[in-house]
Amino acid sequence: MTDVVETETRLPPPRPGGLRGFASDWASDQRTFKNVSWGKAMMWIFLLSDTFVFGCFLLAYMSARMSTSVPWPNPSEVFALHIGGQNVPLILIAIMTFVLISSSGTMAMAVNYGYRRDRRKTALLMLLTAIFGAAFVGMQAFEWTKLISEGVRPWGNPWGAAQFGSTFFMITGFHGTHVTIGVIFLLIVARKVWRGDFDTQKRGFFTSRKGHYEIVEITGLYWHFVDLVWVFIFAFFYLW
Amino acid sequence: MAQPAAHTEHQEHPIRLYLVVWGLLFVLSLFSYMIDYIGLHGYLRWSLILLFMMLKAGLIVAIFMHMAWERLALIYAIVLPPLMVLVFVAMMVSESHYVLLSRLTFFGGPQ
Repeated sequence: MTDVVETETRLPPPRPGGLRGFASDWASDQRTFKNVSWGKAMMWIFLLSDTFVFGCFLLAYMSARMSTSVPWPNPSEVFALHIGGQNVPLILIAIMTFVLISSSGTMAMAVNYGYRRDRRKTALLMLLTAIFGAAFVGMQAFEWTKLISEGVRPWGNPWGAAQFGSTFFMITGFHGTHVTIGVIFLLIVARKVWRGDFDTQKRGFFTSRKGHYEIVEITGLYWHFVDLVWVFIFAFFYLW
Repeated sequence: MAQPAAHTEHQEHPIRLYLVVWGLLFVLSLFSYMIDYIGLHGYLRWSLILLFMMLKAGLIVAIFMHMAWERLALIYAIVLPPLMVLVFVAMMVSESHYVLLSRLTFFGGPQ
């Protein structure tokens, strides 16, 4: 009898799973996200808000494309590159997609090594992720330069509906900004991991808090989100 | 501070899992690119684009972002609200048709 009481006081009762667990977590009049730290929960909620931002951009693009009476420029031809005497459709965009997916792969492995407290591998994989990200932004700058030199402007272009330029610069520009911020974020955290801040419990410069390897996962959430947004931009803007 | 215990319990996945997902994402991206390369058109093109897009998005969110191992309380809080965007899509589709109709009616053809 006493044993039962002791185990009950020491361990919290196992939380129910499934829909019952969902209902009890939200109805418990306590913290809702039971095994998620505030940092991770807030990153998820920020990403949710960012989802709405990009959702609205893609919606604006859809409305512009559906409501114009002028033909929409064919992205397959607009984004073709002239390689080896022939036009290869969308090739740069395809390479950018593969680069961003690779960066997501290295990021996922960095998170994994972070939780194994493998300082060196985590920092190197994050650095590799940042290099992939920077390469992506570089290719995007090349793409913008090419389109601008061909006469694409936010108010018009040589091939059709004027809204093409404005939606293109808005959507890819905002996404590129996210990638750039992600690269900076990655480099800052990678430096901290490399220095061993999370092993020596060094306090942060800005918040004076002790860091955890969890920040690697939070950075990872942001980075995977950037990749996720690109999946939708690739499908709706470039392929549609 | 129950945090360290809380976030070591579900993050120990073998590296192989990430490599497999990485490979799948590569293959799916290649498939999406091939849609354009071989020049599919019409409903086949659009449905394949959406299919590969949703598969890629699902893999990234579920495995790379570890959503598959979170509790339903967080999954529903994050995944369900974006579905509301679909309502907005339906509204804007109707609005776009109206704008196009007005343009054709009052400006007489391509503008």
